Amino acid sequence: MDDGNGLGDVLEASDRRAAGAGGRVTLTLRIRRYNPETRGQESWWDEFTIESEPDDRLLDALHHVKWYLDGTLALRRSCAHGICGSDAMMINGRNALACKVIVRDVAPRVTVEPIRGLPVLKDLIVDMEPFFAGYRSVLPYLINDSGEPEKERLQSPEERHRYDDTTKCILCAACTTSCPIFWGDEEYVGPAAIVNAHRFVYDSRDEGGRRRLEILAEKNGVFRCRTTFNCTDACPRGIEVTKAIQDVKRSILFDRF
Amino acid sequence: MSVETRAGRSPAIPPGRGAEVRRRDRPAGGFELWSWLFMRVSGVALLGLAVGHVLIMHVLDEGVSRVNFEFVQLRWESPFWRTWDWALLVLALLHGINGLRVTVQDYVRWPGARFALNVLFALTGFLLFVLGTVIVFTFDPNAWPRTS
Ligand code: SF4
Ligand code: FES
Repeated sequence: MDDGNGLGDVLEASDRRAAGAGGRVTLTLRIRRYNPETRGQESWWDEFTIESEPDDRLLDALHHVKWYLDGTLALRRSCAHGICGSDAMMINGRNALACKVIVRDVAPRVTVEPIRGLPVLKDLIVDMEPFFAGYRSVLPYLINDSGEPEKERLQSPEERHRYDDTTKCILCAACTTSCPIFWGDEEYVGPAAIVNAHRFVYDSRDEGGRRRLEILAEKNGVFRCRTTFNCTDACPRGIEVTKAIQDVKRSILFDRF
Repeated sequence: MSVETRAGRSPAIPPGRGAEVRRRDRPAGGFELWSWLFMRVSGVALLGLAVGHVLIMHVLDEGVSRVNFEFVQLRWESPFWRTWDWALLVLALLHGINGLRVTVQDYVRWPGARFALNVLFALTGFLLFVLGTVIVFTFDPNAWPRTS
């Protein structure tokens, strides 16, 4: 039955589930913990075994642990729908959003760690400041000096298409914290900053492209990229991150011709 | 707890419109761009130079067993082979030392160690460069008696 707002579908799906179509699965979560306030500088592993719906998200399983088993577990999440970018974690060794990983795909056992290369504050929560410092350094906002337009700034579909891929970024940091160059040296601006520079460099309404290219041509910019492709693998939005970085390298090279 | 950040690198709140855009005519890109480009171009050149070198010295005819002092003497009578060998020397050294510099940048965190290693590699490279160059330019094939 469709009530016009799509809720009918959702209710039917949960009815089917309640009828036991899938059956529950047992999931063991192995979680890397860290709490400098109570346990000092050493991190440790905790294991929790829960019953879960196979088509629940891993985030639901973490919620279950936090709400019913161990309230001290600290994690970040907000939207739970792959949009806010706050729950990037290393899941079975790969960066992903906990709200986009389905229990069925990882059961019976899953390992969850904080993303790498940023200082861990507590459990799965890291200090994102170095990541955002890199992001801010590429001037990720519209720069246009030719005065206020009468109406909106027009753009053709082709011009819009040029940077479409990089508009999808949700700043989850999954790419940057999967990059071995960033692990070794957080001074590297990292893939996410380059993606967000790309979004404005190729925007026909923007006039700050040259400045951004200058910033990205510096010592800690795009030329530190070793084309590892970890970032492209990690991106939960399917952005072709490595391709965006290569675009910028090419622009810096051919800018002068 | 104090957290180290890179706040120093990030711009403060942008100044008013207009002040933000400083149009410059100079294209972006400095040392890192040219170093990156050099690695690609020299890599392709080295592929030809090094594979050619291995074929001549180790594979063709009877391979390495025919290489002796006279073989080198004969080969270096031609400026072409001297140029070839010198180009191989220079490109391999620059490519290798720059590769080490980049690796040090990725893996060595302490600035003092970074500097020391880079100086060590550059000095070694320079020494090998001088040694090789002196020989390529001063070797006189006729100053030595032929063995056959
Ligand atoms: S490019 Fe992808 S992985 Fe990187 S921050 Fe943006 S959304 Fe996350
Ligand atoms: S909680 Fe918002 S992206 Fe996962």
